[in-house]
Amino acid sequence: MKSDRQPIRWSFFIFFIPVFLWLFLLIVLPHLELLRMSFLGSRTSTFTLNNYKAFFTEPIYWLTFVRTAMYSILVTFIVLVISLPVAFYITKISSFKLQGLLMVLILVPFWVSELIRVYGWMILLRESGVLNSFLVGIGIFKEPVEMLYNDVTMVMGLVYTSMLFMVVPIIGVMGNLDDSLIEAAHDLGAKKIVIWKEIIIPYCMPGIMSGSIIVFMLVLGSYLTPKLMGGKNALWFTEQIYNQIIVYFNWNQGSAFGFLLLLLSSLIIWIALKLTRQEFSKVVK
Amino acid sequence: MIRTLPSSKIYKAGFRLFIVIFLVFLFAPLIITMILAFNDSMFPSLPWKGFTLDWFFGKGPKIIGLFNDSFNLRGIATSFKVAVSVSLLSTMVGTLAAFLFEQENFRFKGALYFLMIAPLVIPGVILGISILLFTNSLSIFIEDTFGIYLKFLTPSFGLVVLGQFSFITTIVTMIISARLRKFDRTLEEAAANLGANRFQVIWFITLKYLRPSIIGGAAIAFLMSFENFNTTLFLVGSQSTLPINLYQQVRDGSTPVINAISFILIITTSIVAVATLNRGGSRKS
Repeated sequence: MKSDRQPIRWSFFIFFIPVFLWLFLLIVLPHLELLRMSFLGSRTSTFTLNNYKAFFTEPIYWLTFVRTAMYSILVTFIVLVISLPVAFYITKISSFKLQGLLMVLILVPFWVSELIRVYGWMILLRESGVLNSFLVGIGIFKEPVEMLYNDVTMVMGLVYTSMLFMVVPIIGVMGNLDDSLIEAAHDLGAKKIVIWKEIIIPYCMPGIMSGSIIVFMLVLGSYLTPKLMGGKNALWFTEQIYNQIIVYFNWNQGSAFGFLLLLLSSLIIWIALKLTRQEFSKVVK
Repeated sequence: MIRTLPSSKIYKAGFRLFIVIFLVFLFAPLIITMILAFNDSMFPSLPWKGFTLDWFFGKGPKIIGLFNDSFNLRGIATSFKVAVSVSLLSTMVGTLAAFLFEQENFRFKGALYFLMIAPLVIPGVILGISILLFTNSLSIFIEDTFGIYLKFLTPSFGLVVLGQFSFITTIVTMIISARLRKFDRTLEEAAANLGANRFQVIWFITLKYLRPSIIGGAAIAFLMSFENFNTTLFLVGSQSTLPINLYQQVRDGSTPVINAISFILIITTSIVAVATLNRGGSRKS
């Protein structure tokens, strides 16, 4: 097969050039530009560190940043805790007939737009919403209560919109877990909690990590859910970025914020991968 | 604990209850949204005032239904055009990228692969801003140097397509790569020994084998593009897409027209999703 070395070269360039153009023009250069803009003054266009200084000296900026990071980690954790038993039920407990149906049921909302799902919660939970009419109607509440626009609802909304991105990869690995491992552990007298700790979770680690990375990224970069469901006086960091770019038209400040968000997300993912001894390129496959 | 092991009634019933609650949580907002599309009321809320199709077909003056609402129809048409363009473009480049990373060897392949999966961990908002900044600087540079004003470099239809393409192609590449990895390359060798050139081998053998994943990838690209909000937000010009339109309406107080749109989107998405799942070529990673 060595003889067809020559024809392979042109095919290589047909594959390579479009891919290279895509990554170079739409990923590399734009992010370099983001970095460059973040070091320019908004009026003077000369090199400055002021955009980054503003971030660290204005508590409203870095507090939003810390809040966003903390809530994103919290949401990822809640999503994981819900997803593990769901995936376990589907792959290991439900009858095979039910399994296919459950998979479809779970995957369909996955593809419905985030906006529509958030809108659904809004008409359920708001003061004039369905849940309030129902609860007042059956006499549990005396008068309607505003259930939107607070942090608890926002966290619930973020869990809701990102959950399936955790369930699906975990189902993927858990489905391959050989039942006999669990049977053997059970026969040898292991308790459920030990089986989870020693067998199921270690085996599912690649799925858990890829799910966690996707969920964390989605939540951290989320704009709609915090904007539409969260409290009015506590911003999400993406809203800060949006305000700088679109409202105040301060692209340089916005770039600095954007770059910090990128740095933060990469850092947290890197730490998580190091802690669990996983490799990025393996996890995302 | 699992199917093959005996477990207590409480354990089974408890788990079943948990899954039922999970499914209710998953579907409640979607179902409520769909039902309220048919409520004969000016607001998307209870009480139920009777069944109507006015929010779909109403001609005014009181209720202008979706099919007579030119603002939202334009949004749907724009989103459709964007989604078709993104889907075609990213499927083409994604297929080339799958070949590049699965079948070719070259220097810095690891680095390029890393760049290719990077869009998975770049928040959509950042991607949108970076591309906005870069194309803006580029258009200023081109205008200053050559005196040519390139309209497609300012926020517009083309920029939205490029922005969405930049990360959706990664997903498509991973879907197609996953199938190409399982391809038995001796089939290619056999065809080559029988006198087919590289182009013929790819066209008649490999692409035929990849077809389910290419169709699956295209469908997923279409859905992701159609619902994209975060990246689009920064690149959209005068022709806004449906999610951007919907967002403005939801933020500023909504009418059941949004429920009518949601109804149609949820139904269509479900059909596309189920069809894609049944083809089996689109295992999401």
